[in-house]
Amino acid sequence: MAEKSGADILVQCLIDLGVDTVFGYPGGAVLPIYDMIYDHPSINHILVRHEQAAAHAAEGYARSTGKPGVVLVTSGPGATNAITGITDALMDSIPMVVITGQVATHLIGTDAFQEADTVGLTRHCTKHNYLVKQPGDLARVVHEAFHIATSGRPGPVVIDIPKDVQVATAPYVKPVLNAHPSYRPQVEPDADAIERTADLIMKSERPILYTGGGIINSGPAASQSLRALAEMMGAPVTSTLMGLGAFPASSPQWLGMLGMHGTYEANWAMNKADLLLCLGARFDDRVTGRLDAFAPDSKKVHLDIDRSSINKIIPVDVPIVADCGRGIEALIAALKARGYKRPDYSEWWARIEGWRARRSLDYVETGSEIMPQRAIEELFKATRGRDVIITTEVGQHQMWAAQHFHFDEPNKWLTSGGLGTMGYGFPAAIGAQLGNPDALVIDIAGDASIQMNIQELGTAIQYRLPVKIFILNNEYMGMVRQWQELTYESRYSHSYSDSLPDFVKLAEAYGATGIRIETPDQLIPGIREMIDSPGPVVVDCRVAKLSNCFPMIPSGAAHTDMLLDPSQVSGTLNDEAKALV
Amino acid sequence: MHIRQEESERHVLSVTVDNEAGILARIAGMFSARGYNIESLTVADVSADHAVSRITVVTNGPPRVIDQIIAQLDRLVPVHKVVDLGEVGPYVERELALVKVAGTGEARIEALRLADVFRAKVVDTTLESFVFEITGPTSKVDTFVGLMRDLGLVEVGRTGVVGMLRGAAG
Repeated sequence: MAEKSGADILVQCLIDLGVDTVFGYPGGAVLPIYDMIYDHPSINHILVRHEQAAAHAAEGYARSTGKPGVVLVTSGPGATNAITGITDALMDSIPMVVITGQVATHLIGTDAFQEADTVGLTRHCTKHNYLVKQPGDLARVVHEAFHIATSGRPGPVVIDIPKDVQVATAPYVKPVLNAHPSYRPQVEPDADAIERTADLIMKSERPILYTGGGIINSGPAASQSLRALAEMMGAPVTSTLMGLGAFPASSPQWLGMLGMHGTYEANWAMNKADLLLCLGARFDDRVTGRLDAFAPDSKKVHLDIDRSSINKIIPVDVPIVADCGRGIEALIAALKARGYKRPDYSEWWARIEGWRARRSLDYVETGSEIMPQRAIEELFKATRGRDVIITTEVGQHQMWAAQHFHFDEPNKWLTSGGLGTMGYGFPAAIGAQLGNPDALVIDIAGDASIQMNIQELGTAIQYRLPVKIFILNNEYMGMVRQWQELTYESRYSHSYSDSLPDFVKLAEAYGATGIRIETPDQLIPGIREMIDSPGPVVVDCRVAKLSNCFPMIPSGAAHTDMLLDPSQVSGTLNDEAKALV
Repeated sequence: MHIRQEESERHVLSVTVDNEAGILARIAGMFSARGYNIESLTVADVSADHAVSRITVVTNGPPRVIDQIIAQLDRLVPVHKVVDLGEVGPYVERELALVKVAGTGEARIEALRLADVFRAKVVDTTLESFVFEITGPTSKVDTFVGLMRDLGLVEVGRTGVVGMLRGAAG
């Protein structure tokens, strides 16, 4: 049989697996692979400007298309630069395959040029990883890696390929997928657990659906099933940051996001519910607040594909290990089989409407400055009727976007939830634009975060990606400053963004369009101009400098101890609360 | 502010894994990354084709942490099976130790006498030293080593625990 080189086998596998887009950066240890890509125009290689951005772009591509993101980087610094993005994908369960070059096998362990122990370094920030030592193993490993990355709880998988393995040859046969016999994600729910959940639903007077990113990862069908279940029950629905869009924000049953910066009604309903259906969420510390005061009087059901998520933080009454979509479908079927009728929850809804009447997302406008919340609201209004994908960086702007931009569909909201990675949003927008060429992709950014991957303007220009960057510029690392105001008596230690660049000139230097919005009357026309300008646009939107993101549950506090406005802030916290971040 | 510790209990976990490069680092690293304790850890391949290894981990933690450890182990791709031996049924656990004792006169005679009581074997001897081989549950080895401290203990090497369920089932 004719033999192929390792690089050839790798590229052949990628084509066989339907990979059309690869985010990468060349270097010494991946030259054989890049030479092979030179001959294969069917693989659209996107040259980023920094390997971290390659990983985030792959995340944005994956999250917005449902397909795995693929990254190709060199050994040593190429791999270590990608690690932040790989860890981000692990925390947010994003399917991703990262191919890293490695020094030749006989040089491994000798501190060779651009050598790093990539498999060792990525062991705990990947779902699984491989070092391939024989070209004959490559096809099996690549197919297995894609299977592992995309099935069960999705996550990043690293394949480290030494340079000699890329050059050496082996017979190539398209492998029959035979994944690790030990890797068998549980997809179908346990029938008994479903029945017990149905029992709890029949008895409940105050249920709430607490949904998360697991629904989105399960695919669009799971979002449809969630809508069907919510419709059937007439129950209120809240979601984590990662789950926004799985349930339509325009529904009257929608309470908004829950948790640290969630709405008053979502957090109070969580606290007073008698049945909590956690669907594809994981009781993150930003969601629960003080654990002993979390939903104290409720029965709890937890549907998650990852058994280790169950009982990790909050003990639950009914665990269901399954794919979210399959679990919800089974639950709907069980309720139908019992002749379930939508109960009268009017008393429960009356209480919720009381909480909703507090209008916890309202804010005070000064008239002379642009309030950041207003900027997001206007952005939301101006983009109605278009296919919009929003990405964010991390900080106040991210929370304001989550609160004031509303999503009716899944896969339209891309944000770094678990790891909280500043610098995520812009490369993620690039990835999303590649996967959705006709969408209007906007990175809602802060002045500090955007500088963490600003170099990707070069990528956006090169590939003519009309990504819009909307910077809420308050000249601070706003969330850090807010915490310092609330916790450390406004001692603003190193949270001021000194020496900011002129973002308009910066955009122009790259060949993009720059727009500055400085006064409230410029806001709507400025947003309009951004949308109407072809190609990449950077908007420097100057907003009120000292705005805080409310509502807020201070660290160590219960859902019912929300702060709604600055007058409730004491300026200090005790040591226990300080230690909780 | 002070950091509080929770009550913990000891568990012996038997973990069946693919015998592949880096598997020990993957298991041990999971414990360190998540802040779990390892009291002892043994590993060796146990199948005719060398494809499968058995790892015995002795760990301790509060019950909910033990549950998490099992779930986290189970989710690693090369892990086939995790058995919490004490939870599943009666089991035997053994470890082996080599214990070197040097001395002459009465101490030497007493060391040999105690070795006999503990059914330890003499695997090396000189005119002023013994190396004993002792097997048993951890507590027996601990006791023997403790007694030898007063009788000229030089050094100890222990394998850590291996464990297995009693009865016919695997």
